[in-house]
Amino acid sequence: MSVTTKEPKKRFKLAELVRRMITEQPLGTVGALITLILLFTGIFARWLAPYGMNDPHPLSALQGPSLRFWLGTDNIGRDLLSRLIYGARISMIVGLVGSLLSVVISVIMGILSAYIGGVFDLTIQRFVDAVLSIPSLLLLMVVISLIGTGMWQVIFCLGISNGIGGSRMIRSLVIGIKSNLYVQAAVAVGTPTWKILLQHILPNIMAPIIIIFSMTVPSVILAEAGLSFLGFGIPPPAPSWGGMLSGSARTYMFKDPWMALWPGLALAIVVYGVNMFGDALRDLLDPRLRGGAGRYGTMLKRRISTVITKENSTKKISSQ
Amino acid sequence: MRAYILRRLLLTIPTVFFVTLIVFLLIRSIPGSIVDIMVNEQESTGISVTKLDRQAIEQALGLNVPIYTQYGRWISGIVLHGSLGESLWDSIPVTQEIAARWPVTLELGILALIVTQIIALPIGIYSALRQNTWGDYLARTFAIFCIAVPSFWLATLVIVFPAIWWHYSPPILLIPFNKDPIGNLKMFIIPAVILGMSGAGGNMRITRTMMLEVLRQDYIRTAWAKGLSERVVVMRHALKNALIPVVTLIGYQIPVIVGGAVIIEDIFGLPGLGRLLTDATESRDYPIVSGVVLITSIVIVFINLFVDLSYGYLDPRVHYE
Repeated sequence: MSVTTKEPKKRFKLAELVRRMITEQPLGTVGALITLILLFTGIFARWLAPYGMNDPHPLSALQGPSLRFWLGTDNIGRDLLSRLIYGARISMIVGLVGSLLSVVISVIMGILSAYIGGVFDLTIQRFVDAVLSIPSLLLLMVVISLIGTGMWQVIFCLGISNGIGGSRMIRSLVIGIKSNLYVQAAVAVGTPTWKILLQHILPNIMAPIIIIFSMTVPSVILAEAGLSFLGFGIPPPAPSWGGMLSGSARTYMFKDPWMALWPGLALAIVVYGVNMFGDALRDLLDPRLRGGAGRYGTMLKRRISTVITKENSTKKISSQ
Repeated sequence: MRAYILRRLLLTIPTVFFVTLIVFLLIRSIPGSIVDIMVNEQESTGISVTKLDRQAIEQALGLNVPIYTQYGRWISGIVLHGSLGESLWDSIPVTQEIAARWPVTLELGILALIVTQIIALPIGIYSALRQNTWGDYLARTFAIFCIAVPSFWLATLVIVFPAIWWHYSPPILLIPFNKDPIGNLKMFIIPAVILGMSGAGGNMRITRTMMLEVLRQDYIRTAWAKGLSERVVVMRHALKNALIPVVTLIGYQIPVIVGGAVIIEDIFGLPGLGRLLTDATESRDYPIVSGVVLITSIVIVFINLFVDLSYGYLDPRVHYE
């Protein structure tokens, strides 16, 4: 057992990550599946939905689930399943684009604030403090009431407000990296600042960026639903899941509670799935939260004990 | 310590300045002036708007002077006279409107915060102690469930299903606490639980993560090695240190609770600040909107200041410089 093996050079491998996700993170795998289903439904909504999202069937309004309308119909006889499927597309676009915008803003603000430092950092951080202390929903409601409702307005607002708040985390990461020797060395040999930022700092915060992105997606999806619910998001007749629970639908829910059930359920499942996926991703990418046995690293302990018993048994066999 | 408090207080000045600037500019520098929006809305309801009316609105908003003068006026109004202006539609002072509403939101918020901690702490600790067991998975699933289930959906279900099954609907008029404390609490408890649950998930996860980190420290190993019981190790050695970031999280949660209160107040018809804000935003009553946003934000700035300062008492390792 004293044979030293050469440590292979570690490279980021997607297949390896997927394998570890499946073996180590069962809930994360479920989350990943839900995320994939959301993407699939969102992309192929047109072919998956049995009816158009706004096709009324007045004769069969306010019906519960049936063979013809699997999840029932709403107050003007629109098929709830079709609306949910098109709603998945809205949630998907808002979640992905909004989070992307948010992360880009976070990274730019965070890196610049941390790297430049001094008065610039101090000013930017007080600005971030100010944004963080304004309840984001309040801010979003006001801004959207001024620039008008609509999907792209919502994405824009959510991206910016989340991005400013998220820059805090990037900043603290960069401050940690900035003091590393290799950054100082790069400065010493006269590497231009933009090159240091892009080649030495950015790659080192890639894993946290992926984690932050995956954690932003569900919160953006929820925020859009909340805004649409209050009437400050994506206006009807677009089938936003939040919007489907608000407005005129609320008066008909008492006659047909299915209308109240499905959109929220879809929202909850998707947010659950993406959150679980993001969680598992964090656990896999952040080595601090792995292993470390302690008394409570039960899985690890079990694995170690099986290895030890195996070794012992092989030793016994070989010594016999 | 004193120097730190002073420095921290000084740092809140630029923050508050930025808050006022954001709130002010939000409403003044958006494409299409508010006057246009208001005039259009008036005209769409069939009321014709004369040039005089337009000027009157402009004057009421103080839009007829340069922007820095407007800002100066607005700030000096707040600082010198404690005035946030008047409601555009019924000329009631904004401070008076806010004064009538804030106790509702405060009660809802405090109850929600209590619910959050009652759910989050025990489950978070348990989850960390039994990391990667089924109990942990269950607890984490519940945490994500709390985050994933939108409060407005839960609230909708709580209103729709009892109404269908038992013909029950929540009271419409506010029951004041000093007149009927039990009736008041009955009215607030369901909204508070729903609001508190949405925060509980995040709190639970932070508690779990912090406990996990602390449990891997050397002094915990020492405590185990000394043969202390699990209860003593967890409660006396680990929990105290794990809870410090949780306190910070409470500071971060206040804005979320205020945001959630807007939705919950809207659904349950509680006449709090959130309701005032939704109504004012819908009727485009901007002095009220900016007043509510400004007041809540400044309160949050000071809560965060208080949380920061409380570290010194919670964690003797923290020395302010």
